[in-house]
Amino acid sequence: MQADIRQAIEDLIADYAHCIDNDQLERWSSFFTDPCVYAITTRENHARSRPVGIMLCESKGMLEDRVLALRDANIYEPHVYRHLISAPRITPQQDEVYAVQTSYAVIRTMQEGSMSVFSAGVYLDKVVFEDGAPRFRERVVVCDSERVDTLIVIPI
Amino acid sequence: MQRARGYPAWREPGVTNVPYWVYTDAEVYRDEQQRIFRGPTWNFLCMASEIPSPGDYKTIYVGDTPVIAVRAENGAINAFVNRCAHRGNLVCYKRTGSAKRLTCVYHNWTYDLEGRLSGVAFLKGVQNRGGMPADFDVAQHGLQRLHVASYAGLAFCTFGAETPRLEDYLGDEMRANIDRVVGRDMVLLGTYSQFMPNNWKLYMENVRDSYHASLLHLFQATFRINRLSMKGGIKLSDRGWHHISYSIAATDRDSGDYDPKALRSMSESYRLKDPRLIEGWQEFACGTTLAIQSVYPNFVVQQINNSLALRLCLPKGPEACELLWWVLGVADDTPPQRHARVVQSNMIGPGGLISMEDGVVGGWVQRGTRNDDANSSLLLMGGRDVAPSAEGRATEVSVRGFWNAYRELMEI
Repeated sequence: MQADIRQAIEDLIADYAHCIDNDQLERWSSFFTDPCVYAITTRENHARSRPVGIMLCESKGMLEDRVLALRDANIYEPHVYRHLISAPRITPQQDEVYAVQTSYAVIRTMQEGSMSVFSAGVYLDKVVFEDGAPRFRERVVVCDSERVDTLIVIPI
Repeated sequence: MQRARGYPAWREPGVTNVPYWVYTDAEVYRDEQQRIFRGPTWNFLCMASEIPSPGDYKTIYVGDTPVIAVRAENGAINAFVNRCAHRGNLVCYKRTGSAKRLTCVYHNWTYDLEGRLSGVAFLKGVQNRGGMPADFDVAQHGLQRLHVASYAGLAFCTFGAETPRLEDYLGDEMRANIDRVVGRDMVLLGTYSQFMPNNWKLYMENVRDSYHASLLHLFQATFRINRLSMKGGIKLSDRGWHHISYSIAATDRDSGDYDPKALRSMSESYRLKDPRLIEGWQEFACGTTLAIQSVYPNFVVQQINNSLALRLCLPKGPEACELLWWVLGVADDTPPQRHARVVQSNMIGPGGLISMEDGVVGGWVQRGTRNDDANSSLLLMGGRDVAPSAEGRATEVSVRGFWNAYRELMEI
């Protein structure tokens, strides 16, 4: 694998976390191909190949609908995430698809200041290049715990 | 043994004014365990299909009492308190498993799948030293056994010897909805849980509160998924124990309640960019598009369009609860139907576009009411009674039904 491809994928993963942690969700869909898969599920559902998890988007439109809902429809207590991301494990596959696994932890800080490890798990990605830029064709967030505290509205 | 109860009196009129101390009082919480969860109620255990073969077990809670559901050799489902008769250790410490016998790892006491004590390590001592007294009767020290009954593939248990038969407990109308929603060959599409910083009753009130649906959950109104002006109503079982809040797809545009100018969804910017999110099919001949059913005390059967689920709200101390979700499909779903169910599951659960607010609002009420013995909430919408309502869903009648059952069981 060429060093510039590895670098581009690493940048994609870092920029994605930066986008979410800095409330730039209007560009969240730009990290994905269209159609795409963005899913949040649990370790148990994933291990048992159960199709329903906590969140599922299959197009840029669905990603953008999530953001629209989060901005203007859904009601929740203000909070922010801080992503801690491991080094990615990149495996080239056929047809210039790259399978990427990255461990993550998300610390959630509520408006009153309480902080907690909100989620930890792994990103299972399929990255492709469109016009030379890396995009997620698939990003499956597999949470180690099947328990979510209160609610999940900001994507992981 | 009855303890003297130290909490304040419940002021009349009862079901329209709920004192805030019921959400925080530790003594109330303890009494609920005895009088409600270990009382004459049927508590959801699991889907029968989760433990298909003899020896398959699953651990769950009835209130906060740990319970084992296990498939017996004869194919029946048995339930026991998950507590060794010796020292109270958990007999099964894994969430699921399969075993020919249930063995407590602490001192190797072993029970058969009927809960009978079948082995005590060093019963006769070691080299004739130690051991149990000669009068120790193994037959007297089995696992505490619960009554189990199943309906439409859903297994329930009760501690109460006086609990009515499950069929009677549910009643015709409640059974009919269970039949309609899950009385088919169901498959588990996913599970997860939601931990909430509020008393379990605040969640169960929320489930029964059809008044809030289109007011708190703005996603529905925004994208025109459900409105009070749809045809709908409330079914209540005898004395208000169980409820169904339902709506039926209706052409409500001619109704006087429908005011396009008042709905944000008329703005183009509030159209879904990808309407596949809510695409589905008319699954039920009756036209029901939404039915939320609660079975007292803490079980929910859900149909939201084609999204089918079971929920169980477990108390986790006076100020916390955990909501377990079973998201379901039907075995003979076509691939497009299955896909629609999977995509529609975006509406429910801790990340549900419709349901996520239910995870947070209980915690806000908890914070708003904590340790105030003087004040109470107000449940007057739709009147003061506990009776079925065909007049739409601008009513709190099912919430009043919850408290009617609560006061009856708690003798409070």
